Parts: sequence; C-alpha cells; structure tokens
Amino acid sequence: MSKLAEVDYNQYLRVHKLPTTWCAGCGDGAIMKSLIRALDELQLPRDETAIISGIGCSGRFSGYLDYNTLHVTHGRPLAFATGMKMAHPKGKIIVVSGDGDSLAIGGNHFIHACRRNIDLTLIIINNYTYGLTGGQVSPSTPLDSSSPTAPYGSIEPTFDTCKVAMAAGASFVSRTVVASPLHMDKMIKAGLSHSGFSVVEVMSNCHINWGRKNEYAAAADLIKHLKDRSTFSAEESEADGKHLLGILRQDAEMKEYATTYYQMVEAVQAKMAEKKGA
Amino acid sequence: MNNTSGRLEARFCGVGGQGIVLGSTILAEAAIFYEGKYASQSPTYGSQVRGGPTKVDLIVDTQEILYPKATHLNFFLAIAQSSFKKYFCDIADDCTILIDENLVIDLPEDILVGTHRKLYKIPVMEMAKQEFNNNILANMICLGVTQEVTQVVSTENLLKSIQKSVPAKHYDKNVAAVQMGIELARSRKQQELVV
Amino acid sequence: MPGQIYALTGNQIVARAAIDVGCRFYAGYPISPSSEIAAEMAKALPKVGGAFIQMEDEIASMAAIIGASLTGKKSMTATSGPGFSLKQENLGFACMTEVPCVVVNVMRNGPSTGMPTFPGQGDLMQAKWGTHGDHPIIVLAPAYHREIYDETIRAFNLSEKYRQPVVLLSDETLAQMSGRLEIPDKSELIVINRETPKVGPKEYKPFDQSQGLVPPLASFFEGYRFHVTGLTHDDTGFPTENTTIAEQLLSRMRRKLTENLDDILKWEDYLVDDADILIVSLGSASRSALQAINEARESDGIKVGMFRPITLWPFPEEALKKAARNAKRIIVVEMNEGQMALEVERILHRTIETVLRYNGQMISPDEILNRIKSYESCEAAKV
Repeated sequence: MSKLAEVDYNQYLRVHKLPTTWCAGCGDGAIMKSLIRALDELQLPRDETAIISGIGCSGRFSGYLDYNTLHVTHGRPLAFATGMKMAHPKGKIIVVSGDGDSLAIGGNHFIHACRRNIDLTLIIINNYTYGLTGGQVSPSTPLDSSSPTAPYGSIEPTFDTCKVAMAAGASFVSRTVVASPLHMDKMIKAGLSHSGFSVVEVMSNCHINWGRKNEYAAAADLIKHLKDRSTFSAEESEADGKHLLGILRQDAEMKEYATTYYQMVEAVQAKMAEKKGA
Repeated sequence: MNNTSGRLEARFCGVGGQGIVLGSTILAEAAIFYEGKYASQSPTYGSQVRGGPTKVDLIVDTQEILYPKATHLNFFLAIAQSSFKKYFCDIADDCTILIDENLVIDLPEDILVGTHRKLYKIPVMEMAKQEFNNNILANMICLGVTQEVTQVVSTENLLKSIQKSVPAKHYDKNVAAVQMGIELARSRKQQELVV
Repeated sequence: MPGQIYALTGNQIVARAAIDVGCRFYAGYPISPSSEIAAEMAKALPKVGGAFIQMEDEIASMAAIIGASLTGKKSMTATSGPGFSLKQENLGFACMTEVPCVVVNVMRNGPSTGMPTFPGQGDLMQAKWGTHGDHPIIVLAPAYHREIYDETIRAFNLSEKYRQPVVLLSDETLAQMSGRLEIPDKSELIVINRETPKVGPKEYKPFDQSQGLVPPLASFFEGYRFHVTGLTHDDTGFPTENTTIAEQLLSRMRRKLTENLDDILKWEDYLVDDADILIVSLGSASRSALQAINEARESDGIKVGMFRPITLWPFPEEALKKAARNAKRIIVVEMNEGQMALEVERILHRTIETVLRYNGQMISPDEILNRIKSYESCEAAKV
C-alpha cells in the first residue's frame, strides 16, 4: 500500500497564522494538506502562483498558504481569477471555493469559467452546506436534510457539480473524497497539472453544521458516510445516486481561453507591423 | 441661409438602414477637420433595430456648442413619412425642408404659411435608383442638396471629407450623387428667382 | 505643440484616453448607453498588448478589473445605472483593499431599467454611497469632450496615486454625441503610476500605516506574496478583529482623500465674481446652464455665474462657499430630483432654488433662462 508523501508542510504555510479557525475534524485541514503535497510534488514556482478564495470556511485557505493570496467577495473568486489570469497569463492560479460559494452565489461565474476553459484550477469543497453561517441549505444539500433554513427537511433538488462542469465545457473534471487522502492527492495533482479549466470537487465533511442535524455528529462517522456515498463505478453512481469518483473528463486538446486571446493579440500586432512595413 | 451667427442646425431623418447618419458625419467632419469649426452630432439612440424611425441632429458653429439639441432647425430632411411626423417639430421660420415626395406624402397644410420656409420636394430614392442603380446613394443626393442650400462648408472641403469617409472605389459614385444634389438645388433656387 | 483634432463621441474619448494613460486591462458587460466604450477597448487593447474580456455579468467584470489591477496593470470597466448597482459589491472591495481601478458610469434615466437610451444624472448619490459601509471614493464629472479626455486621464492618475477606485460619471448625452476634440500632444500627458515598495518582500506590509496615508502597493507575481482580503485587516493585510486597528484603517482611508483635497478637487468658476445669481450645475446639464448664463448676461444684463464641480466627490465645499459669497440667489440645475441640491443646501446653509428634470430629457437653456428671469421680474415688481 502506498503512503502519503512526506512533506514539510510548514514550508508552505504562513505558520504564524496557525492554528486554523476550522472546527476540529473539519475536512478543510485535510484538503489543505493534500493541496500542499500536490504543490510540493509539482514544485510550482511560488511567486508565479496565486491562491484565490471567496467566502465561507473554504475562504480561509488563501490566508494560510504562503503564496500570492487574495480573499474576495462571496462567490466571486473565479471572476477575480479570470481577470488576474488574463492580465498575467503566465501565472498559475488556484481557486479554492465551496458549494455555496461556487454553485449558488457564484454559479454564473462557475459555468462561464468552464465554458471559456480558462487555465485556472478550481478546488470546490462540497460539504453539503453553508458551514460558516450555520448550516443553511446549499445547492448540494441532500434532499430531506434538516437545516436551519429547511427545518422540515430540504426540498431543494441538488446540482451534480461535475456534470454541470462537463456540460458547461470544462476540459478537466474530477471528483474525490476527503476520506481517501491518496486519491485526493492524485486528483488535485492531476487538476493542477492540466492546462485549461480544471475542476476538482472534494466531498468533505461538515459534521458540525450539517452532520449534527443529520445523524452524523462525529467527524469520523460523517467521513465514513461520505466514503459509503462515493463510488468508482459509474453504474453504481447512476443507480444509487452515489458520488462518482475519479477523473471524469480530461481533454488536453480543448482550446484554452487566455492562450487563444494572446494568439489573437499576436496576430493583430503582426498585421499592424505588416501594414506599417507596406 | 447660412445665418449670420455662423450657426447651422440641421436634422436628417429617415428609417434605420437608409444611411442618413453618414451624410451628417461627412458634413460634421468637413467642418471640424477642414474648416476649424465646431460640430456636434446627436443621433437618436435607441434599440438597435432596422426600419425604425431614426434621426440625427447636426449643429455646426464657429464656437463650442453647449446645448447639443437642435431647437431652431435651419434645415430639415425627411425620407420617411414616420420620421417626418415624429421629428419636424423644431423647424425654424427660415427652415429649408427637403422631402422625398414619394415617401413623405402627408404634410401639414400650413407648414409654409406665414413663414420664410422653403419646401423642396425631390424624389431622391427614385433618382438614385434610376441614375446609379443604388438606393443608398439617395443620402448622397440629399447631402448635395444640403450643401447647396446651407453652404455650411465649402464644396472643396465637403469633397475632402467624402474622400475620408467612403471607400476609395466608391468615391466617384458618391461624388457624382452629391454633385447631382447640388445641381438639383441650384436649379430649384433659380426657379425661385424667376418666380 | 498643438494637439491633433478628432471627431469622436464621448464614449470613444473615454476609451482613447484610457489607452493613452496606459490602461491595459478592460472587463465589461454590454449595457446602453456605455457599450461603445467596451467595443473601443476590444479593438484597441490587442494593438497595445493589453487584455479585453467581456465577462458573464457586471459583478464579474468589476471583480476581474480588481484581479487584473493586482498584477500591476491599469484597469477599467464601464457601465450604466443597473450595471453600476451590480458593481457596488466589488467596488466596495476595491475601496477596502485599496486597489486602483477606474469605473465609468454612463448615467441614464432611472430608477431600475428606466429609460436606457435617455440621459439622467440620478446616480450622484449612488456614486458616493452605493456600496455599503463608510468608504472613500473619488467621483469625477466632466461636461465637455475635451474634459472627458482630461478627466479620464485624471481618473487613472488619482486612482494610482491614492490606491483608490475612481468613478467617472458620464451620461447618455455626453456619451453618444460626437464632436470636435483636440487631444494634447503625448509630451503634455501627465501619467502617474502607483508607488511600488522600496523594501524587500520580507519587510513589506501592504497596508503599512507608517508609510503615510497611501502605503506602496506591490504587484502579484513579483515575489512579495502578500495577502489581500475584504475583511478588516491590519498593516500586514491579514484579518483582524482589533477595534483600534479597524478604526485606524477606516480613518486612514478617509484621510487619504480629506488630507489631499488640494490635489483631488477640481471645479470651474464661471463669472462668479460679480454674480448676483449663482447657478450650481454639473455634467451635461451645466452646458445648458452655461448657454443660459451667456444669454442672460448678453440680452438681459442679468449678472449670473456658475459653479461647476468637476470633482463631484469629495465635493469642493470651500470653493462653493467662496463662489456663493456674493450671490443673492442660488439655483441648482441637475437632471434628477435634487441630489446635488441637498449637498449645496448642506454646505451653504441657505435657501436654494432648483431647475430639475428627471424624465430623460435634457434641461434646455430656455428653462434655466426662464427661472433666472421670472424670479428677477417678480423681485423687480416687489421693488
């Protein structure tokens, strides 16, 4: 059995900002460590990398990681990232967001980032809920869940993040679960290595604000539940509505937006030079 | 009619797609680039649809134009009934009105009564079709009439401006249409003298 | 050196000036009557190696220009009423994080969808207070073609100098009318770029109060690896809940402007010295006022003058007081229900008259002239 890579995490963290504000047992910590392992292995140049996050527990990622970091308004990190990428196309930009941030208030930015296939990596932490504000219903809260804004059970149909991403045109789409750190490392690394818009959905646990109201008050119980609710089998996922894990799409040939734009810039300038010469 | 104040207020109206803004632009740019004057153009600005009433107000002045809306039109051109009705309201006492008589049929009976206004009825669309086999040149015939009536810029500078605004291969045709407009207006003026 | 003569619309001039002053990023969303600014930038930016992007909505385009500006590129977006409302969220973010950027609002008649292709001046207060919380904002309101050019340049310069979003208020009339513009020679152009840190990454604090009112701003991807957040933050840029620091931060942001008024404020006094009547107007409405004033003086011998703020916010208060010193009457002329009139009343503590219009029509010189004269004649009758 393979083991997690050994990494000096502190090297990548703003250690003076620790400990994190996340609840004990929260999946965010495990995901941040997985991201660090991927960054370490890929050795992305630190100064050429930016991490952008929005509002929610996932929003805290940008504060802890020692990179160019930007913590923006609710739902908007992809829009800020798009501007930044277009202004500085050499930059590697990672967006860390949640299900509320990216699927609800930021839903429009999400589908359009997919459509453009702009070279950004979106790690979307899906914990079924708005954790930071107390567990309200999000577009991924399971039906019938109990929540402060669904005290009689949620009647909101849910989004399948990955299907939305694929339908909207993202060239890399994958899903993983916080219960499987090795798989998480693999997916995040693959997402970061991809050139084009890459979506890595991580099913994660908010045992405090979703779990407690839905019979999974202990972190371990909820993590186990998430593992049980996940599968590598497309058939099983179809049949039982389980979360399908793995790389669901990887298309390296698809045109990347920023590259296409700057090719156009070159063509325009070449034409100008030609005109001047003539 | 080029009034002593050196100011011209003109309105060109038709329906979207007739190209009336181009004529106005050519005059405005002739005034700005070749005569050192001020000119402002305020087009109707609406939903971008073809066939709807459209107009452009052109003001040419020797001084900076402050209020950019026309209030005392010295020249009014309409090549569509709908736009005539909608926009003729601001015509001044000395206004020269140019209409395409085939397209603008319904005029207020008293439009000239008790005024110094002049009415030019010229079938510009038909003439453009006959002479150049091209409807769009109607607006260049109109430009020629406007030029002859208002003398707001010199004909030489008008031609320079046309050269700048239209593709080289269409220049001769456009100038011929403008020339035709100038001639038409001239003969009209002579008729008036005879009368 | 004499400048070059052009015939351009107000919208074209904004784009032209932005390129001239070094704007290299534009994000926008189509909306009348501002769309031509986006179209001009889409055409011009590739030629100078800059980036243009039409975003999925107004919110995203405001976000994108902040993201771009953090890489050191001068950035702009343009919109109109409904879009300006949507931009307020991230406009506040730019104020809080002190990221330079320029937002053009081509005002149309509102509220809501209102009259999309007709002029209005109903966003004066929104430009100042539109985003939540106390925040500094600079708002410029040009009235003439050449001024649109100059004020667009100044908008970028002030934004870079004070690490501050700047709003340029145009309106449908100015935006759509084309006219003569003399653009000054490039050698006369004043271009201000943001101050960058003089210290290395280890010592750098992006909100360092000891660096004066405007701490230098590093760019992303240049080795500084700092943090920017919309949360209340300390000198290092990290969130804090320390109430003393929160107060210091907001005070410094306010003082950035209040202690640099000489540099930021701009206004025009027109024949105010002997004026019995002072008109206060701005933007395209002031053009009608100016014509009315000239006519009143020439034809009727009435001594009327005008005070016109070019920097609308912060409002040139002292200059207005000075201009109004000898005036017996104050008439505020604006295309809204009296937004600037409130400010004038507050500053002058006296009764003012207004000529207002909020139906999508420009105020005509005659309307203003009538107000000037009607009152004059009834005053005369009293005597």
